[in-house]
Amino acid sequence: MSQIEKGQVMTANRLRDGIAVFLTRSGEWSEKIDEAALVQEPQATAALESRAAADVKATLVTGQYLIDAERIESKVRATLIRERIRTLGPSVRPDLGKQAEGTAGAFAAVEG
Amino acid sequence: MPLLKNNEFVSDDWAFLPDDAALPESGKVVVSLTRLVKDWDQLVEFTGLLGLSLANSERTDELEAYLPQLTLVVLTFPAFTDGRAYSQARELRLQGYRGELRAQGNLLPDQFQYLNQVGFDSFVVDERFSLVDWQGASKQMSLAYQRGLYRTAGEREVWSQRHQGFAAWEEQPHAG
Amino acid sequence: MYRYDEFDHQFVSERTAQFRDQANRRMAGVITEDEFRPLRLMNGLYLQLHAYMLRVAIPYGTLSGKQMRQLAYIADKYDRGYGHFTTRQNIQYNWIKLEESADILQDLADVEMHAIQTSGNCIRNVTTDHWAGAAADELLDPRPIGELIRQWSSLHPEFSFLPRKFKFAITGAPHDRAAVKVHDIGLRAHKNDKGETGWEVMVGGGQGRTPMVAVTVRDFLPEKDVIPYLEAIMRVYNLYGRRDNKYKARIKILVHELGAEKFKAEVEAEYARNPAQTTEVEQRELARIEKYFAKPALEKLSRFAPHFEEAKRANPDFARWAKNNLAAHQHDGYTIVNISLKPEGGIPGDASGEQMRVMATLGERYSQDELRVSHAQNIVLPHVKLDDVFAVWQALKAADLAAANYGLVGDIIACPGLDYCALATARSIPIAQALSRKFADVARQEHYGPVKLNISGCINACGHHHVGHIGILGLDKKGEEFYQITLGGSSSEKASIGTILGPGFAAHEVPDAIETILETYVKLREPGEEFLAAYRRVGPKPFKEALYATA
Ligand code: HEM
Ligand code: SF4
Repeated sequence: MSQIEKGQVMTANRLRDGIAVFLTRSGEWSEKIDEAALVQEPQATAALESRAAADVKATLVTGQYLIDAERIESKVRATLIRERIRTLGPSVRPDLGKQAEGTAGAFAAVEG
Repeated sequence: MPLLKNNEFVSDDWAFLPDDAALPESGKVVVSLTRLVKDWDQLVEFTGLLGLSLANSERTDELEAYLPQLTLVVLTFPAFTDGRAYSQARELRLQGYRGELRAQGNLLPDQFQYLNQVGFDSFVVDERFSLVDWQGASKQMSLAYQRGLYRTAGEREVWSQRHQGFAAWEEQPHAG
Repeated sequence: MYRYDEFDHQFVSERTAQFRDQANRRMAGVITEDEFRPLRLMNGLYLQLHAYMLRVAIPYGTLSGKQMRQLAYIADKYDRGYGHFTTRQNIQYNWIKLEESADILQDLADVEMHAIQTSGNCIRNVTTDHWAGAAADELLDPRPIGELIRQWSSLHPEFSFLPRKFKFAITGAPHDRAAVKVHDIGLRAHKNDKGETGWEVMVGGGQGRTPMVAVTVRDFLPEKDVIPYLEAIMRVYNLYGRRDNKYKARIKILVHELGAEKFKAEVEAEYARNPAQTTEVEQRELARIEKYFAKPALEKLSRFAPHFEEAKRANPDFARWAKNNLAAHQHDGYTIVNISLKPEGGIPGDASGEQMRVMATLGERYSQDELRVSHAQNIVLPHVKLDDVFAVWQALKAADLAAANYGLVGDIIACPGLDYCALATARSIPIAQALSRKFADVARQEHYGPVKLNISGCINACGHHHVGHIGILGLDKKGEEFYQITLGGSSSEKASIGTILGPGFAAHEVPDAIETILETYVKLREPGEEFLAAYRRVGPKPFKEALYATA
């Protein structure tokens, strides 16, 4: 059985174009949720929060918040349907958004 | 915080009088509506100048009798998104109040023109904005469709321009 | 159609420059998101799930071929080649970049359009009857007063920070196609005994989480008094509308909490207080605007159009489309063409840039250079010669725009839902698609007759589910999407709010549930009785029984 690691991921929208992005371990913002830092400890969460707050100040991103997610074999999947749609693109337009641009999470369907 | 008036920062020589403080002999004092109503008999006799500070939940339609005695009315914006004081200002002006109308609270340059248009003429502003910010903000839009607004130099009312020669909606002492 | 003069042009360009400066200040970090949000919203720019969303106003739903073409250009250049026409006679683009947004506003200004006040707690885009100026039952074209209100409400210094958003709808026809009773203010034209025209003023309708039907505050407001009277209503609302809870901040709550009589008294007192207002300028301005909406010079034609009749005989598909998608025009030999943006399995209200161009060309060539956006998310060609209709249909068919389901159950109204919207609790488009596929057969839809089916992806009710004959509301139940069904809503002159039938359904159960409802109706209807009439006669009980019988 594959290992499921539950935790939280920091997300936001990039200020200039509004694209949904996720905070990585190295403190960069990535369009791919698979590259996101998944954290459990309060200390690590706080670190993500302060990094995000700083980047909001620096006008890199806006509207930051933490989402629940899980990592399965190095792929990250958001818990809520809403967040899955943000990591993929509209479920009714598979030709658009991250799912069409190769930046989607590895879990390519909203369901499941 | 700086007081902005006629596009300049000026010093504020008004003092707010707490409801329980004694009325001084003279000077420029601002009182609350409660005080104004309660001590009206005494305040009419006041030899200094009288101002009123109104919360934005207080009604402006019962003030007509007091207005001639007032030299200053202060209205408040607890948040810049709380627009009640725009209507309070408009009502006071419609009732013929011609004294200083001051805005205080969360004021941003992006709303400066609206504040002017409804009749405010002094502003307690945040230090983080410079005089240049306010001056620039006062002339972003040179046109307004509404009539009966207070206009600064260079501002025009579209409908009045299109159809000249008709009576204005109301008297406009500051109209430029 | 209204055309900008030098003032309107200058106004919109200055506004665009102002927004460009605000966006630049935001990107430079001079202003914070909290400060920028209301500024961008007042220029129609939202932040949604995937990117920024720009909502462009189509005032009173009217646009020219050139304007439609520009909407297509914007879709192709700045977005992903499509746009979404909404129930508020707006178009939304879903993939906008903040750094390009001011350029888009400039491109709109070039064709006399804007996105001013399409969002924010201010007076929003004024909507009217999409058949205005063409409908056979019309008393008066509602668009001139709509334009007057558009101008008066644009950057109104007093009413730009209201407790909540504020929506106007206007109808000039007895049959209300503009849903005026479920807007913050609805206006309806009618004539008094002396033959003068005036407006019934209705206040406090709305949808969202507390749907309400508006109350009438004035039966007959003379046209010349409209602006000062509206000003009085707005002032009362701005001063006394609740600001402690955004879910209770709409004017409907104020009207409800004060009571209609007290509210009316406040408005009348406010109105009376304004000293000696003369409205000659307003009247002149209205007269100036009215000239732009003069009836187009239509040809004198016979009511019988031989070419049209012949084409129907020869082509059953065309005949079926003509039967469902045309509406009676005021002028003999002309018709109103309703283009359904609801192809089988499609996304309600979406049109590609290419489709917009096709419609623009048809508007230019066959409809006096006029198009309309309807609140049912369809496009209207208001003045088409009957004998041109076949050519129009052929062009529509080639562009996948010839769905023959106008006004039928396939003509579904749906908000963007969770596929795009940051506030959604469930998806609405996939439900619309599944239903559209299930009832793809138009003959079957005709069998059910006129049905309004509306879907919203959350309680905000942007898809008007409360006033759908059948309404579907998407909710979230512990992380799963599920859907509540209401019956009996209507946004017509006999407006009503739908009744919730019972427990909700999972997404995959919805199409069968709707089928059960429709089949129940077929079984109990009297000859010629439409769905809504039948529901009003029998109430929810038989439908409940049919739906939940096996449960
Ligand atoms: C995708 C972004 C959208 C957002 C964030 C949004 C937000 C909202 C909210 C919060 C409300 C409830 C207002 C209240 O109850 O006070 C509302 C109502 C409404 N919206 Fe939207 N909406 C969106 C898209 C749309 C679309 C696409 C349409 C047209 C199809 C639309 C038309 C309406 C209408 C007609 C109402 C109900 C009338 C009313 O109560 O104002 N909205 N919207
Ligand atoms: S009803 Fe809800 S989901 Fe649908 S567009 Fe409105 S806010 Fe979004």
